[in-house]
Amino acid sequence: MTTELYNDGTVVHAPTFIDGSSIDIPELRILHQDGSVYPDADMPDIDETLAIKIYKTLAFHRVLDERMVASQRQGRLSFYMAALGEEATTVGGAAGLEPQDMIMGQYREQGALMFRGFSLENFMNQLFSNEKDLGKGRQMPIHYGSNELNYMTISSPLGTQIPQATGYAYGQKLQGLDAVTLCYFGEGAASEGDFHAGLNMAAVQQAPVIFFCRNNGYAISTPSDEQYKGNGIASRGVGYGIKTLRIDGNDILAVLKAMQIARAYALKENAPVLIEAMSYRLGAHSTSDDPSGYRTREEEEKWQANDPILRMKNWLLAQNWWDEEQDTVLFEGLREEVLAAVKVSEKINKPHIDTMITDVYDTPTAQLQQQLDEVKAHVNKYPEAYPFTAGKF
Amino acid sequence: MAQMNLLHAINNALDIAMAENDRAVCFGEDVGHFGGVFRATSGLQDKYGKTRCFNTPLVEQGIIGFANGLAAQGSVAIAEIQFADYIFPAFDQIVNESAKFRYRSGNEFNVGKLTIRTPYGGGIAGGLYHSQSPEAYFAHTPGLKVVVPRNPYQAKGLLLASIRDDNPVVFFEPKRLYRASVGEVPEEDYQLPLGKAEVVQTGTDITLLAWGAQMEIIEKAAKMAEADDISCEVVDLRTILPWDIETVCQSVMKTGRLLVSQEAPLTAGFASEIAATVQNECFLHLESPIARVCGLDTPYPLALEKEYMSDHLKVYEAIKKSVNY
Ligand SMILES: Cc1ncc(C[n+]2csc(CCOP(=O)(O)OP(=O)(O)O)c2C)c(N)n1
Repeated sequence: MTTELYNDGTVVHAPTFIDGSSIDIPELRILHQDGSVYPDADMPDIDETLAIKIYKTLAFHRVLDERMVASQRQGRLSFYMAALGEEATTVGGAAGLEPQDMIMGQYREQGALMFRGFSLENFMNQLFSNEKDLGKGRQMPIHYGSNELNYMTISSPLGTQIPQATGYAYGQKLQGLDAVTLCYFGEGAASEGDFHAGLNMAAVQQAPVIFFCRNNGYAISTPSDEQYKGNGIASRGVGYGIKTLRIDGNDILAVLKAMQIARAYALKENAPVLIEAMSYRLGAHSTSDDPSGYRTREEEEKWQANDPILRMKNWLLAQNWWDEEQDTVLFEGLREEVLAAVKVSEKINKPHIDTMITDVYDTPTAQLQQQLDEVKAHVNKYPEAYPFTAGKF
Repeated sequence: MAQMNLLHAINNALDIAMAENDRAVCFGEDVGHFGGVFRATSGLQDKYGKTRCFNTPLVEQGIIGFANGLAAQGSVAIAEIQFADYIFPAFDQIVNESAKFRYRSGNEFNVGKLTIRTPYGGGIAGGLYHSQSPEAYFAHTPGLKVVVPRNPYQAKGLLLASIRDDNPVVFFEPKRLYRASVGEVPEEDYQLPLGKAEVVQTGTDITLLAWGAQMEIIEKAAKMAEADDISCEVVDLRTILPWDIETVCQSVMKTGRLLVSQEAPLTAGFASEIAATVQNECFLHLESPIARVCGLDTPYPLALEKEYMSDHLKVYEAIKKSVNY
């Protein structure tokens, strides 16, 4: 045993409480909302090409979200989850990584997948659970995943990806790969037991994993002051002995900078990093939710003024890398593309009936085969009751 | 009598339980001001204050661990798990703690005043993580009671009985029926017995047994069979643990046939336990093998949900097969 980690702090002779307010956690901010840069700011590694790629991804994200929420309202889509107001946390996050790095998300991180080049068709096929969906139409909309793009398929139970990310990163380290794992979660999910297990394991086992908390102020209707006390999620990283950064999550340059630093550190030291990005969920939790039941318009308006996409656009304009006309063309083009893609994807067949029993095991068991045969015979008997599969096998 | 949907009936039962006992406390994710994602706890925080109806942090193991402590202290703990699919992080607290509190302490301590409410089941395009029916996992745990109502009237009476029962109860609410099922519900207090099945319709040719949302389906199938001159006895199990062997077996001895329908996968579901017990008790009365109409042995799919589910057509076919055996 070793007592090496015992703290040799100040000794006092009268009881002295400490709490979260005893540590001052700085928040990294590089950009003003008007697009000007703080004069002393430590800029991320970014050039015009990367900047334009990031901005186009943000625009795609905004348009996809708008269109899909509208499609859901029209009854074309069963469900959707937008990331309005916090797109910079995911697009900027992925932009600070290398393609070989694994990303494990919670569900509101489409932006990272977009940055990596998941096609519009791929998004649509998942959203409409058709036969071209990489996940074979088994999960609810927005549960994307892509092995090719190193983006782990989303699982609905919250927080479960956190200790998994630790394990994944540890495997990367054992293999000596030039790769880290980025793990996203919300401040709500950070209450789950899996969060504590995952961070502690990462700290002790020395795994190159970047924990990224999107602190957007709400978990469905629960505001963060009913979710946790103390100094945010960042203070917990400190408690676990993990290098921790707090950033303005609506400042894409701060996100990018933090991610570049975190990746370099995690890889070099084989150790975890925690990033807490302060942002705000401007929209509803999902299309099943109505935020007017639990928060005020004024609060939302205050955050609207912090729009991360507008902030980046302002910066690009100031750099002379972008102009208003290009902006209009970009957004209009994206709207048309998305609309056209909806029309195609919603008409594609549902998955083949044989996929009912695949992927439960590596190969279907005899019982599963028998159960499928029974379903097929039944569907043939009542074709009108099973319109997706009848006549298609 | 008032017209209530299943959610109103549950809300009404919670209201009665909180009004009669100021030690009754309702909590869970989003249950406070918002009233729960399905609105089952609507208005309770306004009425009873934030100390008795509140949001918890998002941690199911914490919710049930907290509930165990609260109930052990003698308060009436009514915890909500937002979806039955998310009860598993609390599995250890329920299975190892709630269920065994009384036994392991020689009744020095118990958590009898604990009720866990949770929406379960499919048919709502929820995919694999918003559709599960995990009752069988809990049915395998001595010390728990497991209850599943089929409609608003049943929900109110059974929930009040569960809250007042001196044992920890897991109360599964059929979410597909939350708004779809509407019926007459007395506004006053009443209870329905736990551990008792109900014969919903009498018949002579076959016993159809189910619980919760599956009841609607077997009733529909029974109507179809009636057109073929098959007389079905329809039984609602209501309580999965401890289950009413007597009522079920009496019915089977009368009809000579049994069909059990459950939403959960076939293998090791509660229907299996029923089949084993009934063949033991009623062997000489059976005229055909006990039929089980269940979900497939796969996770719950999204796009092919209709094919996967035990629906009225599958039950109807199984009835004919059983009667023509
Ligand atoms: C274990 C578990 N419990 C409950 C839920 C239901 N649920 C889905 S999202 C959500 C809120 C999550 O909030 P947060 O982590 O802050 O992320 P945000 O939605 O704000 O991005 C809840 C309670 C779930 N999916 N998994």
